[in-house]
Amino acid sequence: MGGSILGNRVLRKEDPKFLTVGGTYVDDLLDEPLLDGALHVTYVRSTVAHGVINSIDTSDALAMPGVRAVFTGADFGLEPVPSNFNPMVTRTLLAMDKVRYVGEPIAAIVSETREQGEDAAETVIVDYDILEAVVDMEAAMATSTLIYDSAPNNVVFDTLVLGMPDNTGEAFLAGCEVVARGKFLNQRVAPCPLEVRGAAVAWAADGRLHQWLSTQHAQGAHGPIAAMNGVDQAQVRVRTPDVGGGFGAKIGIYPEELLLGPISKRVGTPLRWRETRSESMMALGHGRAQVQHVAIGGKRDGTVTHYQLWAIQDSGAWVDMGAILAPFMTRPMASGVYAIPNIECRTTSVVTNTTPIVAYRGAGRPEATAAIERAMDLFAREIGMDPAEVRRKNLIPKFMEPHTTAVGQTYDVGDYETALDKTLTTADYAGWRAKQAERRARGDARQLGIGVSVYVEITGGVGSGEEAEVEVLPNGKAVVYTGTSPHGQGHVTAWAMLASEQTGIPIADIDLVWGDTDLTPVGSGTMGSRSLQQGGNAVFVVAGQLVEKAKSVAARLLEANENDIVLDKDAGAFHVAGTPALSKTWADIASAEGGISAKDNIAVPGPTFPFGAHVAVVEVDTETGKVRHIAHVACDDAGTVLNPMLLEGQIHGGVAQGAAQALLEEVRYDSDGNPITSNLADYAFISAAELPSVTVVHMETPTPRNSIGAKGIGESGTIGSTPALQSAVVDAVSHLGVSHIDMPTTPEKVWAAIQSAR
Amino acid sequence: MKITVTVNGKTREGDVEARTLLVQWVRESLGLTGTNIGCDTSSCGACTVHVDGESVKSCTMLAVQADGCSVTTIEGLANGDTLHPMQQAFMDNHGLQCGYCTPGMVMAAISLLQENPSPTEEDVRIGLEGNLCRCTGYHNIVKSVLAAAGK
Repeated sequence: MGGSILGNRVLRKEDPKFLTVGGTYVDDLLDEPLLDGALHVTYVRSTVAHGVINSIDTSDALAMPGVRAVFTGADFGLEPVPSNFNPMVTRTLLAMDKVRYVGEPIAAIVSETREQGEDAAETVIVDYDILEAVVDMEAAMATSTLIYDSAPNNVVFDTLVLGMPDNTGEAFLAGCEVVARGKFLNQRVAPCPLEVRGAAVAWAADGRLHQWLSTQHAQGAHGPIAAMNGVDQAQVRVRTPDVGGGFGAKIGIYPEELLLGPISKRVGTPLRWRETRSESMMALGHGRAQVQHVAIGGKRDGTVTHYQLWAIQDSGAWVDMGAILAPFMTRPMASGVYAIPNIECRTTSVVTNTTPIVAYRGAGRPEATAAIERAMDLFAREIGMDPAEVRRKNLIPKFMEPHTTAVGQTYDVGDYETALDKTLTTADYAGWRAKQAERRARGDARQLGIGVSVYVEITGGVGSGEEAEVEVLPNGKAVVYTGTSPHGQGHVTAWAMLASEQTGIPIADIDLVWGDTDLTPVGSGTMGSRSLQQGGNAVFVVAGQLVEKAKSVAARLLEANENDIVLDKDAGAFHVAGTPALSKTWADIASAEGGISAKDNIAVPGPTFPFGAHVAVVEVDTETGKVRHIAHVACDDAGTVLNPMLLEGQIHGGVAQGAAQALLEEVRYDSDGNPITSNLADYAFISAAELPSVTVVHMETPTPRNSIGAKGIGESGTIGSTPALQSAVVDAVSHLGVSHIDMPTTPEKVWAAIQSAR
Repeated sequence: MKITVTVNGKTREGDVEARTLLVQWVRESLGLTGTNIGCDTSSCGACTVHVDGESVKSCTMLAVQADGCSVTTIEGLANGDTLHPMQQAFMDNHGLQCGYCTPGMVMAAISLLQENPSPTEEDVRIGLEGNLCRCTGYHNIVKSVLAAAGK
């Protein structure tokens, strides 16, 4: 072997299966004996956004072919359960007295085939008294219509209630030479993992409940499932098959998944449930959804001295994780990469009659970044300075010791100017500006726009460490157990690289186990770009512990002093220093011990703060408003890189999701709260034809907060790309008098902005 | 209704409802779960297979329409342990992450190269417009297809 495997472009161990027979997703568990004879569950969903339920008539559905049972909330005697994020707000898992969004589950049908269930669902008659639908998040605070009686003004979370200071309005900016203001919509988008939600359940003969779940966090679902079924956690086994993407929306457990155990118990058969895409677009949580009132102030020389943000967060019709992203993710990152001495930031989360908001790739940080980056652009425009130069002038200088911003957030390490410089150089920023000037001078119909963003974000903000176990079997092969839960990130390969680095066992001989509450009962899952810096770090540290443990066994077998034993990683064998001829392999050691393992929960001292810069170039047809994304350069510094191939893959995907939000995607409702983008024909899911290839600029500033030096990379691409793209579109038409266009910058909006500026 | 279809080189017989989609029959009756379902509007392409050599979204075709046809799914591509050149290109270029779109994407990509053996990057991007991926940003998928075309 020779040298470290870390930092190398190692191909993925998991790929041959995905490429030849496909992954085993929850709907593919056809050979699982516990699921023999499984029936199918279909949920009946609300067709109105806000209404009182007068009655639910399931009699026709019960008579439909293949239908075995139909259940309402009353059949289970469901009681209101409080939100984890605001216990004053409660709901029943199946709507009983009131519905609060289109798509909310009301009843469950059990049928022999999935198709029979869908047919029967259409025959359930729900009689409603329709209430006013509250769709707009600002209107929600003004209307007398309350979605929950316990939430006055429909407000469910506010930084004022947490004791944080209020914004002081105009007075805050009184001393500024220049002030720019804006109201930005960070629109609601749909996470759209290619695999929708699905689950399967079976009560085994021994009384244990087995549940398979398409999730990012089986251990998080374990307790709620046990509680729902009134059994001890030891009586429940949650397993994660392959998961076809999550992006944050599969972190939490949903009512449809919690109800399967009780339904299965009632009907006495195993069950399968998989939503349709159209259901998923209404009932899988959405992301973003903030209105931002922004004011930025400073001096004519380009120095920003004041920044004020009031972020109104749409929580949708339930208080899920989305409600707390604004106060706990957006607010701390309000200052971005800039040294702004005076910052005020209030956030207010409100309920509306729309799909609940959950975490979605970036979860609060893209919103913070979009707000400050758009504000910097407005400020630059106001003083007539190049947006890249205004940014440079205000960047926090390079710091290798923790730095605390005016809003009170401490960052680990940062070198923002280098990231900006590398990106501008690689992108040939000056060259694009020259081309832009030529097109403007010629008055071309197709104009160029160049957008710059510089960002910093929080990763590993969830969890304070992770559990890992590394076991070597008597045959010399290893099994790694992790509390993280891959769904595309490549942990099978990455964690094997980390274990191999310590043990010398080839990655081909290292398997990974995750997402099974019997085998990996402790874990915080994969979310918030935490996996490598916490889960991978734990594997790395624990594999090191195992080597030390193995040395003592080797010492015994070799009748030598433990301190004299060394591991020859190339040979995968232990020997006394200087006498390699007499050695004990991992197989020898594991055989002597009947298997050997180490297990530990490895804490980390805190989150990390990856940063970077993006340049996006677009071409805008000023006659039609059509935007083409023609070039993109991304510099995302995630600290020490374990596998550059995996890192680049995360950046590419992140950039695409950022571009999707900036240019195309938006979940929309009509004024009655009816979703009008509830399938993939209506929702503008970004495709290959709408994206350029991405140029990745590498930069590594290791963090001291874990033994690898790694920060997170899962969300950075999205956080950096979104404002760069939006800025580029505005820049393309800024000479026509346009200073802002809300996302998504669709042809309709771009065209309208040009017309109204004329 | 009785149907006889050659699937991955083998003759398979089935008795299907008239409304059964090809993708349902392939997955549920034949147990070939490599082919995935990602939407209900024929938008995503996760279910792409080959029917008589042409790529087809198998959710847009009834099983009975495949009667007498030859169907190839992702499971029918590799020759033993030897991957099809397109599978190998996806492996070598990290053209997949969660894997859910992958079978359909590979089938669509093979079909694309059959129609245009030397595509430009733009040809590949436009050619794969009907196959959605949420993980890769398409960058490495495009790279994989161009790599396969170069072989």
